[in-house]
Amino acid sequence: MRGRLIALAASLALGACGGGNTNEVTLLNVSYDPTRELYEDFNQAFAAGYKTPDGKTVKINMSHGGSGKQSRAVIDGLEADVVTMGLQNDIDVIAKETGKIPADWRGKLPANSSPYTSTIVLMVRKGNPKAIKDWDDLVKPGVSVITPNPKTSGGARWNYLAAWAYAAKKFNGDEAQIKAFVGQIYKNTAKLDSGARGSTTTFTQQGTGDVLITWENEAFYSLAELEPGAYELIYPSLSIKAEPPVAVVVGNAEKHGTLQVAEDYLKHLYSPEGQRIVAKHYYRPSDPSAADPKDLERFKQIEMVTIDDPLFGGWPQAQPKHFDAGGLFDQIYQPAR
Amino acid sequence: MSASAPDGARASRWRRRSVLPGFGLSLGYTIAYLSLVVLIPLAGLGIRSATLGWNEFWAIAFDPRVTSALELSFGAAMVAAIINTIFGVLVAWVLVRYKFPGRRWLDAAVDLPFALPTAVAGIALATLYAPNGPFGIALESLFGVKVGFTSFGVTMALIFVGLPFVVRTVQPVLEEIDRETEEVSATLGAGRWRTVTRVILPGMLPAILTGFALSFARGVGEYGSVIFIASNLPYVSEIAPLLIVIKLEEHNYAGATAIATIMLVISFAMLFVINLLQAWSRKWFGHE
Amino acid sequence: MSEVKAPAARRQKQAIGEGPLTRAALLGVALVFLGLMLIAPLLVVFVEAFSRGFGVYIDALAMPDTMSALQLTLLVAAIAVPANLVFGVAAAWAIAKFDFKGKSFLLTLIDLPFAVSPVVSGLVFVLLFGANSALGPVLDDMGIKILFAVPGIVIATIFITFPFIARELIPLMQQQGSSEEEAAVSLGAGGWRTFFLVTLPNVKWGLLYGVLLCNARAMGEFGAVSVVSGHIRGMTNTLPLHIEILYNDNKAAAAFAVASLLAMLALITLAVKTLLEARFAGSLAAQRRH
Repeated sequence: MRGRLIALAASLALGACGGGNTNEVTLLNVSYDPTRELYEDFNQAFAAGYKTPDGKTVKINMSHGGSGKQSRAVIDGLEADVVTMGLQNDIDVIAKETGKIPADWRGKLPANSSPYTSTIVLMVRKGNPKAIKDWDDLVKPGVSVITPNPKTSGGARWNYLAAWAYAAKKFNGDEAQIKAFVGQIYKNTAKLDSGARGSTTTFTQQGTGDVLITWENEAFYSLAELEPGAYELIYPSLSIKAEPPVAVVVGNAEKHGTLQVAEDYLKHLYSPEGQRIVAKHYYRPSDPSAADPKDLERFKQIEMVTIDDPLFGGWPQAQPKHFDAGGLFDQIYQPAR
Repeated sequence: MSASAPDGARASRWRRRSVLPGFGLSLGYTIAYLSLVVLIPLAGLGIRSATLGWNEFWAIAFDPRVTSALELSFGAAMVAAIINTIFGVLVAWVLVRYKFPGRRWLDAAVDLPFALPTAVAGIALATLYAPNGPFGIALESLFGVKVGFTSFGVTMALIFVGLPFVVRTVQPVLEEIDRETEEVSATLGAGRWRTVTRVILPGMLPAILTGFALSFARGVGEYGSVIFIASNLPYVSEIAPLLIVIKLEEHNYAGATAIATIMLVISFAMLFVINLLQAWSRKWFGHE
Repeated sequence: MSEVKAPAARRQKQAIGEGPLTRAALLGVALVFLGLMLIAPLLVVFVEAFSRGFGVYIDALAMPDTMSALQLTLLVAAIAVPANLVFGVAAAWAIAKFDFKGKSFLLTLIDLPFAVSPVVSGLVFVLLFGANSALGPVLDDMGIKILFAVPGIVIATIFITFPFIARELIPLMQQQGSSEEEAAVSLGAGGWRTFFLVTLPNVKWGLLYGVLLCNARAMGEFGAVSVVSGHIRGMTNTLPLHIEILYNDNKAAAAFAVASLLAMLALITLAVKTLLEARFAGSLAAQRRH
């Protein structure tokens, strides 16, 4: 019995890697939460117009989840050919832990390997009953905030940093006051989901919270997909330029013989077609000239800091300072009860 | 089978003689499969946490966030198990002693949490108890109690998953209780309440404790249904299994392994007590 | 055990039963409790599933991702259940028919997966087969994928459902004792013959119920599978994982539609069990006494 089981398991395993169809190359894109619709669209467009040099077609498989969780899976052996994460750190960790991504991956593609950017906005219920205009309104007593857990979600880390940037400006860099301000937002938080999409669901489906801190693209998606008019998007006076990066997992792609396809796939994100799809799905394209001007009109130009601002000093500094075990985020909840 | 035939004859000191064949084969297979599927993987966990070193292990185990998650997991499981014990005994009583239409179907429904996937239970409970769900609205307007996304919600989910354990362990014992003792007690002038509390319940105690312990053990480890209905806030409604997932997702294997080991040791101790209780109850009722 | 004759029981009940008011109150409390805790969540699944109409329901089930998740779930159960069936029978035979030292300890070990948090079970296999483990690179060199592929999901499911059949059979076989088998053997029947002609017919309903429960759990496992799956759409998503994805895709109705499929399975499991009980009340009553 056991012998047969092992044989069966082995044949299944081989079947799973082989991909079956020889006229088709499969590519695994491991991505973060809110890109589901974007890549559904983009994959179709890419597959439709692409043939490998030896004439094979491409099929792209997707895996979505919280950015941290996805990066963990790739480290543990999920054989992604490309990763499209919520933030740089989640790719840095893969590069460091597995060596399957070159350390200088950010320089391999234009715009620091971020073909699209976004920002962090606030979403409120119809008529804005709690009159939320800016970050200041989030620390008021009685305001219930929804944001995911920065430990597991990339978007959540951008949310946190955007609030931090605002507070840093407001309190002129006084860290004690900034910490208290950001801490108050998290004390007003009603539910910490593990990913951005989970938070959207909590806010919309389950009617919890007065304000959702989320990606601009996720907010637009919710406005368009859910009951029209049920929610309103509020741009805060200051936010952060969120740069979700992409990279080829060279180690895996070489093993699968998909290196060329993987590179072409990511480059296509920068092509006019790619940029148009990106803008259509509410991401800010890195090259706006290719996008539909009507799509671009939706994005309001607001003041944005970047992660490379001296305030944060880039992800390699910001991650350990704010989010690692015992970091500033952990301190927020420490005395709470 | 033939290999085990002489085995039966030379019955050793650690097992009683039996004419039945197949002891070697069945026990050998049991132990081999058990080792392969359960013991070796769990040993891997133990080895991994042993490499942590004592100090590091304690540092993780007594991190306030970890202790508060463990407190919540064990506390909520305890409250849920107590509620389940009270209502479970009551349900078992009604199902065994009373005849009413639909009894058989109600009896079947008790097993629902065994059979219903936890994720399905989770989204169903979240829909019911969410602030805009029917029960959520009712509870908040009637009692001002918020259930969804609080530690109440955690308890609610644990009541759901743990209920059948109590009913299913108490029910068979209740069916077997000797009615004559009750009758004697009644003829001797004891009131019904006295008969129940002094005569019936003590006899059922091992079964009740077993049901309580099983429901408790299940509750401590539950994940799927809880994450949908809890708010997952550190120090407030973050359960230990969720903390393991979070540690895992922040690439902190040491932390995840340490918490997992603590939970594993406690679960194993719980189970051992349960099995002793069952052995005790078998003796008590002269089974075997 | 005490065999209570029907007329005697009726007489006794009057002597020792509760008053009608107490009965009504107890019954009421039990019904309300079960209604709120068990029936309401079940109803919600079906109400929400059809909330957007029958068309959305069918569409959700006909989605290619749903179909592939269904196939995977069936495949996983088709491997996990028979594996645990063979184990359950072997373990029950060893434990129920023989007396040996350390039995109680062995039982505890068999129960262990009941009490281990599903998340911990998943973690265990990540630690065992992950790229950072001792085994991981070896398997990788051999081209065998376990974690984030179907074998990992199968193994995690076998772990989670490990005790179900054994735990159903052991008390039943203990209750029945071994006198019938001993008689068969002393009359010259071989071991397998005794097992198939004497033991199996005696425990078949308990066995079937164990298989049904094991199957329901195998198809419904979420926590452990979620940790080892990798969540590749159309490839390593089981039905419960697919439900979570749909739910998070703002497709609540579709999520509940797929959930209703699993709920239906749970209901069928319970209905079959109830019907079996009604028809074979005698042989199942014995099973209840553990």
